[in-house]
Amino acid sequence: MSESAEMIAKRDKVQLGFWLYLMTDCMLFTSLFATYMILRNSTNGGPGGSELFSMGFVLVETLILLTSSYVCGLANLAIHNGRKKEFVVYLGATIALGIAFLTMELTEFGKLIGEGHTPQTSAFLSAFFTLVGTHGLHIAIGLIWASVLIWALYRQGRQEDILRKFSLFAVFWHFLDVVWIFIFTIVYAMGVK
Amino acid sequence: MQKAREYRRQQLRYAYAYLLAGALSIATYALAVSASTFTDTSFAVIVLCAAALQLYIQSRYFLHLDDKEAPRWRLLSYAFTWFTLLIIAVGSIWIMNHLNYNMGMSPDQMDQYMNSQSLKGF
Amino acid sequence: MDWQWLIGRMNLSYLPHEPITMGAAVGMPLTLVAIAAALTYFKKWGYLWREWITTVDAKRIGIMYGSVALIMLARGVFDALMIRSQTAVGGPGGSQLFNTDTYQQVFTSHGVIMIFFVAMGLMFALFNIAVPLMIGTRDIAFPFLNAVSFWLFFAGMILVNGSLIFGGFSIGGWLGYPPLTELQYSPGPGVDYWIWSLQVAGIGSLLSGINFFVTILKNRAPGMTFMRMPIFVWSVLVTTVLMMIAFPILTGSLALLSLDRLMGMHFFTSMGGGNPMMYVNLIWAWGHPEVYILVMPAFGIYSEIVATFSRKKLFGYKTMVIALIAIMFFSFIVWQHHFFTMGSGADVNAFFGIMTMIIAIPTGVKVFNWLFTMYRGRITFASPMIWFMCFAVTFTIGGVTGVLLAVPAIDFQVHNTLFLVAHFHNVIIGGVVFGYIAAITYWFPKMFGFHLHEGLGKAAAYFWQVGFLLSFMPLYALGLMGAVRRLDNYSDPSWIPFFIVSAVGVVVVGIGIACQLLQIAYSIWKRKELHATSDPWDGRTLEWSVPSPAPFYNYAIIPEVSRVDEWWYQKQEGVKAPKDSDYKDIVLPKNTSFGFVIGMTAFVGSGALIWHIWWLVVVSFIAIVVMIIMRTMDDFTEYTIPAAEVMRMDKEARA
Repeated sequence: MSESAEMIAKRDKVQLGFWLYLMTDCMLFTSLFATYMILRNSTNGGPGGSELFSMGFVLVETLILLTSSYVCGLANLAIHNGRKKEFVVYLGATIALGIAFLTMELTEFGKLIGEGHTPQTSAFLSAFFTLVGTHGLHIAIGLIWASVLIWALYRQGRQEDILRKFSLFAVFWHFLDVVWIFIFTIVYAMGVK
Repeated sequence: MQKAREYRRQQLRYAYAYLLAGALSIATYALAVSASTFTDTSFAVIVLCAAALQLYIQSRYFLHLDDKEAPRWRLLSYAFTWFTLLIIAVGSIWIMNHLNYNMGMSPDQMDQYMNSQSLKGF
Repeated sequence: MDWQWLIGRMNLSYLPHEPITMGAAVGMPLTLVAIAAALTYFKKWGYLWREWITTVDAKRIGIMYGSVALIMLARGVFDALMIRSQTAVGGPGGSQLFNTDTYQQVFTSHGVIMIFFVAMGLMFALFNIAVPLMIGTRDIAFPFLNAVSFWLFFAGMILVNGSLIFGGFSIGGWLGYPPLTELQYSPGPGVDYWIWSLQVAGIGSLLSGINFFVTILKNRAPGMTFMRMPIFVWSVLVTTVLMMIAFPILTGSLALLSLDRLMGMHFFTSMGGGNPMMYVNLIWAWGHPEVYILVMPAFGIYSEIVATFSRKKLFGYKTMVIALIAIMFFSFIVWQHHFFTMGSGADVNAFFGIMTMIIAIPTGVKVFNWLFTMYRGRITFASPMIWFMCFAVTFTIGGVTGVLLAVPAIDFQVHNTLFLVAHFHNVIIGGVVFGYIAAITYWFPKMFGFHLHEGLGKAAAYFWQVGFLLSFMPLYALGLMGAVRRLDNYSDPSWIPFFIVSAVGVVVVGIGIACQLLQIAYSIWKRKELHATSDPWDGRTLEWSVPSPAPFYNYAIIPEVSRVDEWWYQKQEGVKAPKDSDYKDIVLPKNTSFGFVIGMTAFVGSGALIWHIWWLVVVSFIAIVVMIIMRTMDDFTEYTIPAAEVMRMDKEARA
């Protein structure tokens, strides 16, 4: 099925608009990162990153999210080449890995809070939980979005519609992994040192 | 057949980017947990360079931000966002570091000072 | 049975106790009841719902933005009257007209209302009204998102006004610096009202920024390259870039403050390692681009007005564009000048001071270009032109004092004194207010089909100009004499005459506003005599080629553009009548109630956050997510008008 000129123009606008929204999201993360950088040593007398972060755990999280982003890219490729079954498999893997990532992150948060290192303890922890937590919130929203996409696919399954909506999700998902590069580096790697 | 080959080729590109990005993450991890032979600053520089490289790989191969793309708005707005982002982030850190330096206290001392002022009821 | 969780921390003690706030708390609901009664009596509910509440037509949305903004202007000026009447009698041995807590709420709400609801509101009104018409398109890129943005703005407005009735507003100034706005010093709902009203309106603004940027990039008429766009459109483009970069920083800062307040975190608290100065840094990283967001569309408007009323093309189109872009770049690297005195030291201050001074250069270039446009033009002194001339004088004075303030050593003397207050009112009133009023006068005929009465418009300009001078020139002197801002009483008797003159000035401005209200009422009454043609000012840009009032589809036939000021040259060469075959089918977006419902849900959710009604927060959030998903699943959001019908409507409108 071919698209009319208007539909192509409309899709173009939506992609540009969504991309610009992601750029504004970048700026939001910037303010959170800047806040974290300023407050990372304000531990209120308590332990800092080097005592609290477990690099091995975080590396596994990082590789899971990276794999999720990779598999999402494969899903994008699949649907652009009309391979519906492969697409569903890859999208399913994306969601599963995303859930694994989020579970690991929530476990980490739970452990910290259980040991008494809550966001209310110090500025450092407030900044840590907020920055990493905002990223996690974006991941959660992405997972809801991906699930709705699968539901929409089985509801009506019109190829170009799903392609259009999915390519927006894919960009969003890749973008979240890009943000994670910097959380991994600046929060965890530099925090542990 | 041609389409299938092209499809495989593009899949491989994703795979290469994935492996490179993964390697960079592992390298950062290895540096972070190794015995500290680096100063804080040089560690930060190396690790940020690794991050920047991974940013490039993911932007180019996952986000498809290459200069071949006809509508250049994505690349242009991305570059501009990074430009302003760095101004705001680096600028804020510069400003706040100078503030802290001029206060002449460590964050914990600053904290104690603020506490004592607060208790005075200011 | 413990029902408290149902209503959070609401209780009757939050009703107002002071006469003025009690009066507002009674007056506002009464006014709403009166309006509802009138709507019922005249059977206009259906009309209101169909034509205004569910509309996605940018022109209608623009008119709604403008109406809300003008009502809020009345409240903002009333706040100003309260402030100045207090300071006029606040000298030694004087009286306290209202208690300090109320006074602090008044100056806080004055700032918030004027910036977020008057200036931003009028700005979005003008974007919606003028941009699609000027670029020769039927609609903006995302009409539904536009509606959502307006209703979010409206929700923010309800929150600010609602605080008068129940809970009281913030006492922390329009920017709400911690630790004053932290739980320790402001435990009540006031600061929360402030946070969520700004947060909700801010998200609306951010979405609009994206919307208009994509519109200008993608919806221009065929042949309209970037260098053939009207300068106003350029100024909007540059403004939207600033919006997209700056507003997320506001969102972030307010979110961090609300986390401190709602969840006891320690970003900006004075204890636990927080750093209140970080808030100041972040909020001004937004705040400085914000003031350029406000003033750059005004610059664009002046470019259109000066060219039109001098009957001459704008002098130096290219340099004007470059100047706009330069101002945009520089506005990102000057924000620290708002807190020179906070202690970053000489080298940081020097850098930002120099950058601030540099911004004056492209601004000056623009002023000179406007003057050169006037030179050897055939000038018509219609009221928009009068407003421009008032701007030229007023803004120049304000700009000059700005360059003074850009020098850190001088700023150390006058930071946060009335000198500063005078400076920013000088540039905002001279630049933003005069510009937006001029724009309203200029584009009113295009929206409504009749003029605003000229005589009353000119009278308003003169009263505003004189009123401004009387209100704010004394403040420069006061600031140099040591008067700090936000004072309600003072001990130096030599200040009294200055404060009295300033109070008189506010009254004169008030007369100016009364002239404007009279102007609107009178013009509506006499609209037959004040009837406007499609091109009442002999304009230069495309919007003057469509009938007045502009039809809902804007252009029956999308125009083709080959140069700047296309319409002007078409008039010289003879306007070609359209052939019947030129008419094509038109696809337009359908009305929808989702924009309104999402906005009102945002209001309910914000109220729930303010009053700690947690179950309602969750319900509202889920409702918004569900509505967004429903909207994205909706495939039938447009309707088509067949070409024959378009032709019929167009011929009828032009007859």
